[in-house]
Amino acid sequence: MTNTAEPLPQQPARSKWRDVWDQFIKHKGALIGGIIFFTIVLLVMVGPWVWPFEANEVNIRLRNQNPSWAHPFGTDQLGRDTFARMIAGGQTSISVGIAAMALSLTLGTLIGVAAGYYRRLDGVLMRFTDLFLSLPILPVLLVMMLLFREPLSEAYGPENGMFVLIVVSIGITSWMPTARIVRGDVIALKEREFVLAARSIGTKDRQIILRHILPNVLSPILVSATLGIANAIITESALSFLGLGFPPDFPTWGRLLNDAVNYLQLYPERVLWPGLAISLTVLSINYLGDGLRDAMDPRIRGR
Amino acid sequence: MLTFTIRRLLISIPTLLFISLVIFLLLNLAPNDPMAQVPLTVPPEVKEKMREALGLGQPLYIQFAKWLMQFFWIEPQVLVDHYFGTTFSEGDLRVISWQTRSPVMDIVIQRIPQTLWVVGMSYVVGILIALPIGIYSAYRHYSVFDQAGTFITMIGYSIPPFFTGPLVIVIFAVQLGWLPSTYDTLHQVIDWDSFVVQLQQMVLPVMVLALQTTAQISRYMRASMLDNLNQDYVRTARAKGLSEWTVVMVHVLRNSMIPVVTVIALGLPAIFGGAIITEQIFKVNGIGQQLIGAIYANDLPTVQTLTFIFAFLIVFFNLIADILYGLLDPRIRYD
Repeated sequence: MTNTAEPLPQQPARSKWRDVWDQFIKHKGALIGGIIFFTIVLLVMVGPWVWPFEANEVNIRLRNQNPSWAHPFGTDQLGRDTFARMIAGGQTSISVGIAAMALSLTLGTLIGVAAGYYRRLDGVLMRFTDLFLSLPILPVLLVMMLLFREPLSEAYGPENGMFVLIVVSIGITSWMPTARIVRGDVIALKEREFVLAARSIGTKDRQIILRHILPNVLSPILVSATLGIANAIITESALSFLGLGFPPDFPTWGRLLNDAVNYLQLYPERVLWPGLAISLTVLSINYLGDGLRDAMDPRIRGR
Repeated sequence: MLTFTIRRLLISIPTLLFISLVIFLLLNLAPNDPMAQVPLTVPPEVKEKMREALGLGQPLYIQFAKWLMQFFWIEPQVLVDHYFGTTFSEGDLRVISWQTRSPVMDIVIQRIPQTLWVVGMSYVVGILIALPIGIYSAYRHYSVFDQAGTFITMIGYSIPPFFTGPLVIVIFAVQLGWLPSTYDTLHQVIDWDSFVVQLQQMVLPVMVLALQTTAQISRYMRASMLDNLNQDYVRTARAKGLSEWTVVMVHVLRNSMIPVVTVIALGLPAIFGGAIITEQIFKVNGIGQQLIGAIYANDLPTVQTLTFIFAFLIVFFNLIADILYGLLDPRIRYD
């Protein structure tokens, strides 16, 4: 009983993010998903600088070409190179996905933190969330496209207007799950000792939220971020597929799929490229989110 | 439980009213002119008359009250009249489509059977496939079957119906020529051959929708079974000497079904939403295609009514899910 000194740690301390990373790379699906997703992002971002053809370059003599070395995915009915259009479409689809995810996360986090932290706001905000959850999302999105397409196209130009409209409408119809998860976590965190300690030394609410609450709800937010991108890409493609998304000459993956369906009988392989691109992106993001969820969960990480 | 049900029912009334208000305001406050399609040669005073004929001249709250009255009071009367031959609704103004100049609900009633057939059948097929997959992959956790099942459900979860739709058309209708690519609603089942034709034309849309259902529900089923398989009561049941089949298929399954049943109820409205796309691909003239057609034609009363019907389905199935949860699980009574 003489030795009252604490035993020294045998190993150097490990940061939380190191542990998360170690767990993450153990999940093979997540690792492969992450690599595929970042490859796709890199491809569509760098592609236009490297690829010799423009997405909207019409060459009517080379129309309806089968895949060849010059045009690996063939050309469409106006002789535009399908691979270049896929790259351009991917840029739009992925930018829409990321922007809409960012908006919906911001909204969801704001509402979730406000509802969880301030008891007075909780009832009102949660009823509001429930109301939004009972809206039929796809019909409401279609209605919004119908009503605001022309005014916004006039205000910001057809492409930017559509971009703003799609991002905003997907953002404000998909924040609810994030808000619910964040609220639940904040309610639990609020009662913990470190928050009480912070409050007892006179920290203001804003500082408590920014320094103590938000860093601790980061992991569910990150997981819903990945799933949010996947969700937004699918929704944007669905709108473009139904012909209520971007204008016809502006390629996105959903739009390309829609165009390809018209030539289903003659050139069935054209459906494959945009469809595979959407599915592969969404699949890789879903695996990424799965792995992140496991890696962020301390109960699973220990094992 | 009864008080809970009644309270829950009462809550859903303001929810529905609020949703109908949101949809109404969205449609009416948006910068969108229903007269935009009318030729410029029509003089302005005639246009004004046309607006009034469409009921657009009045203040918003009167328009909203009128729509509520037409939808919740007059339309049920029409239904009663239709079935019992009474004349409650004679002379009352119904919700009229701008596109066809006929009552919106008449068209909806004509089109709902197609949607229900395709959507309902696909949901049933999806559940029937999903449950055994979920049960078996949980029972053989980490086996090859489980890994393959997880991978396939992940794929089913990630591939959107607007890709699987054209894909199965390419494979089964264009390349193999086994099945028709469109759904013929005029087809009548009179004998065995026409029944086979009906089955054939339903296979593709049902398959596409069922893939989504299967992916989601089998994931829930597996997770729920895994939660229950390690419980103490399972060990007790095995220790009593019950057969493995009884332990898994009676004891564990009954407890695992509780969350799954609610997920099934909650997922149904989402399937109706997904049916919008599937109906468009396979040319099924159900209510989803009616909504798309109305949106293209700028037919606001139809759009409003249909969107509200979709919202009603969501609220209704949420209610069912809540009540089922309380009924199935005695630990959860909301009193």
